Amino acid sequence: MFASPLAGFFNILVIGITLSLPVGMYVLLQNAQGLVAQLSSTPQISLYLQMDASEDDVAKLRTQLEQHRDVASNEFVPRLKALEQLKQSSGLSDVISGLEKNPLPDAFIIHPKLSEAQTLEKLRNDLAKLPKVEIAQLDAAWAYKLEALLKFGRMIVIILTSLLSLALIAITFNTIRLQILTQHDEIEVAKLIGATNSFIRRPFLYFGLTQGLLGGITAWLITTISLMLLNHQLVTLSQLYASQFVLRSLTTGDSLTLLMFSMYLGWLGAWLSVGRHLSKIDLQ
Amino acid sequence: MISFKHVHKRYPGGYEALKNVSFDVAEGEMVFLTGHSGAGKSTLFKLIAAIERPTNGNVLVNKQNLNALKPRALPFLRRNLGIIFQDHKLLFDRNVFDNVMLPLQIGGFDYREIHKRVRAALDKVGLLSREKSNPIALSGGEQQRLCIARAIVNRPSILLADEPTGNLDAEYTHEIMAIFKSFHQVGVTLLISTHDEAVLQNSDVRVLALKHGELQA
Repeated sequence: MFASPLAGFFNILVIGITLSLPVGMYVLLQNAQGLVAQLSSTPQISLYLQMDASEDDVAKLRTQLEQHRDVASNEFVPRLKALEQLKQSSGLSDVISGLEKNPLPDAFIIHPKLSEAQTLEKLRNDLAKLPKVEIAQLDAAWAYKLEALLKFGRMIVIILTSLLSLALIAITFNTIRLQILTQHDEIEVAKLIGATNSFIRRPFLYFGLTQGLLGGITAWLITTISLMLLNHQLVTLSQLYASQFVLRSLTTGDSLTLLMFSMYLGWLGAWLSVGRHLSKIDLQ
Repeated sequence: MISFKHVHKRYPGGYEALKNVSFDVAEGEMVFLTGHSGAGKSTLFKLIAAIERPTNGNVLVNKQNLNALKPRALPFLRRNLGIIFQDHKLLFDRNVFDNVMLPLQIGGFDYREIHKRVRAALDKVGLLSREKSNPIALSGGEQQRLCIARAIVNRPSILLADEPTGNLDAEYTHEIMAIFKSFHQVGVTLLISTHDEAVLQNSDVRVLALKHGELQA
């Protein structure tokens, strides 16, 4: 069916590379999404107290927080405990052990009742005015920003996918057009001796379907191998930061969707092309 | 079996290929069609195979009026016809066997039946030993016989042959006419166009003569 095996191979490669672009971006976005979900399940406000705050001040503040109508619960983190946590989680234990005195203040972690961005901002301002409070920080703010950024990224993926899908349909359309031209004689003879249109159309549709499938598999391989290479580098990087972060590849569902989608595009391109070009073959 | 009733065919541009042509070919009959080149022989064949439509009048094949035939039904009409084309229309990208196999593939026959029938058809025209050859390696007479094998492999009830002996010498012509006569004997309806005087004189077959698109009495 292929005019030449090399041309067929390059065709499939083009489809694979074209598809792997949005697929790769999608995978990276999925990973970022997972990271955001992990880090900011609920918004919270951290209150850092002044360094000279006494135990009495802390007790007074706690009472005020408990009575505040927008605060669901609060959690006191003494400065010693904060230092301990920092040692464990950041991978900077050597640096921290070398410090002469604890640089961290006492802190409260506040869980607000509501989670709208505006209410949270107002609450943060209220809390910042309480006595002995140095800084009130809305922890979720950066997460909101990141999420907005992710939405932006998703839109790029959608636009990219739409455009490249059109490109794929065009590739198949043209391949099939060339094949119909080269098999002009065969099609003409088949029509003359009683072939139905669907009989003539069928091999071209199968071809489009197969080319789409092989292109999809190529895209899958490109994405998977690229992620493996990236993960290999990432292991070294994350070990340096004493954390364990790996990029997750496509799920089985995602992979199947990719293959079905590329098959569909191949079929659609072939279908359009056959419909357009087959009727132009006149019988002599 | 084939019936023309006041058929006119005018091509775009005004050229009139057939003028008021009427005739009947009975079932199992063998008929020659003669006339100089340009007399309308090929046009007449195209009308029977519904490759062209008549401008006026009716063409009936197998009691079916082709004017009333839906495009969807057209392939099934053509499967009842064995057509031997003037320019052969052989496919040179496949061997002799695969060329003959094409009508059976289209008909949806199973693999074993295809093998049986293709070999029988090739045997009939004496090409069984060449089944693996490419048609380009065959002589003119052999190509013509290959064309016949492809036309009959489907066992059609009507065989149309457009100038089957056009470029062949006397010996080949005799061979091919003998093959046609054997089909006639088993009840196939044959319409053969030729301008070979020798063929016409050596047979007692009915002759339809076309001249400038008109049928001569």
